Amino acid sequence: MTREEVLNDLKERFKDDIVEVFDKSEHRVYIEIKPEALVGVAVYIFKDLEARFNIASGTDMRHYMEILYHFTLERINLLVSLRVKLPMDKLVIDSLAPHFKAANWIEREMNEMLGIEFTGHPDMRRLLLPDEWPEGVYPLRSDYEEWDEEAIRDRGL
Amino acid sequence: MAKTIVPIGPYHPLQEEPEFFTLTVEGEKIVDIDVQVGYNHRGIEKLSETKTFDQVPYVVERICGICSTSHPFACVQAIEDIDNVEVPERAKYIRTIIGEGERIHSHLLWLGLAGHFLGYNTVYMWAWKLREEILDTMEMLSGNRNNYGMFKPGGVRRDLTDDVIQASLKKIDSILPTLDMLKKAVIDDPVLHARTKGVGVLTKEEAIDYSALGPTARPSGVAKDVRKDAPYAAYDQVDWDMIVLQNGDVFDKVVLRILEMYESHKIMKFCLTHLPPGEIDANLKSIPPGEGIGAHEAPRGEVFHYIKSDGTNSPERHKVRAPTFMNLPTYKSTVVGETISDATIILAAIDPCYCCTERMAARDTKGKKVYSGEELVKLSQEKTKKLRKQV
Repeated sequence: MTREEVLNDLKERFKDDIVEVFDKSEHRVYIEIKPEALVGVAVYIFKDLEARFNIASGTDMRHYMEILYHFTLERINLLVSLRVKLPMDKLVIDSLAPHFKAANWIEREMNEMLGIEFTGHPDMRRLLLPDEWPEGVYPLRSDYEEWDEEAIRDRGL
Repeated sequence: MAKTIVPIGPYHPLQEEPEFFTLTVEGEKIVDIDVQVGYNHRGIEKLSETKTFDQVPYVVERICGICSTSHPFACVQAIEDIDNVEVPERAKYIRTIIGEGERIHSHLLWLGLAGHFLGYNTVYMWAWKLREEILDTMEMLSGNRNNYGMFKPGGVRRDLTDDVIQASLKKIDSILPTLDMLKKAVIDDPVLHARTKGVGVLTKEEAIDYSALGPTARPSGVAKDVRKDAPYAAYDQVDWDMIVLQNGDVFDKVVLRILEMYESHKIMKFCLTHLPPGEIDANLKSIPPGEGIGAHEAPRGEVFHYIKSDGTNSPERHKVRAPTFMNLPTYKSTVVGETISDATIILAAIDPCYCCTERMAARDTKGKKVYSGEELVKLSQEKTKKLRKQV
């Protein structure tokens, strides 16, 4: 399949789930989908289109939380980023880890860094933060404030 | 049989890094493994949001000491991707040269360590001696043996002069005879075959399921390499081969890295001899709002950077994904079922990379036996000695 065929196929197959397609450049496409459709679209891209899961990146946009799931389709040299937006009062989304193992660690990381809940994750534990880190403090949120008065950290410019 | 828990860490015996393994063993056999990481988490993603786009490549260069140019490489590409900036040809070639030089020295470092763990201290000495030549070359090219500081959004910071190019060419050619010798020593050695063949196999299906990368995936028959699949810098202008092997065991991982060094040498030599004239910098004035993604095939696999800009002079979000993040979880399928004496080399075979410490302690749950890092290495070396007598 060529690049156009893949994109048309995705648009046709998931026409009810896709909110917006942003064709950024020759090798980059951002597709915004509804959060509840994530598993269907992601598994189709990973299994049927034989893509490689690069990583997911969560961003706190202040009014909503955004997660990008990056997939590389090597055969056509295209990086597809699935975008989902979660409202701040309901940070819950289905986990991809039961469908492919590559998503396991990054969901654990996003859980502790941003406080997003992944339903159905098989092994939700802390990954990177130390044990003494308090519950409910999420360091990558935009409203994060230093909680440890003794910590010496680089506070930037 | 009773199960015993063997904790390894938080200082990994072999490889530099602080990480904590919990091996569940029945006698000699490993039945389960769990990994705990995060001892070296420094919050670089958060820190990067407070730096300007000019400073960010310097910050990410300090993520890793061995593959220090991989992160800036991916990072500047992500920044350029925001506005689809075209980098001058000469800068692309210089970037490629630096990237490949780093691959050679990183693979040599790993080969030396692997030799040490298996009881081949001669391989260790030769490989590290050879690595010095490459580090010297990198010093000539960039001014530093490591942390080159060559990358900036839009180009490179330092041009190469003709006499540096000639001297570097001579230097990188001089490693070939020793590399040939190392290759022969490793590939033809019957003891090494007995020690590493069929050990720690990662199947193709598992490699795809874990989305494993680079020299962890390619020995399992997964033909994926960012340099070939999504060519960047000058990789599409050089004639080189992607090395793919089929068995997925430790032996193939060793061979793959050795063969890759020859390809890197080829790429480096081509770029040095065909360096196009012209500018080395696109002179970026500002970064518009938007998102960019950059990927670079580091010595250990793909490094992935995602940068979101809001139009100010620092990133709004910077996501860094190092290859070990995807490769480390594959331990679960490679180590289970093997013996403790093989665990060290299997754990080392993916070339894990967080930072640099070399200490460790392992003990059983009753606290009777305490293995130090040295003793575990000794255990591995004794097994090789025993095999050597049999062969």
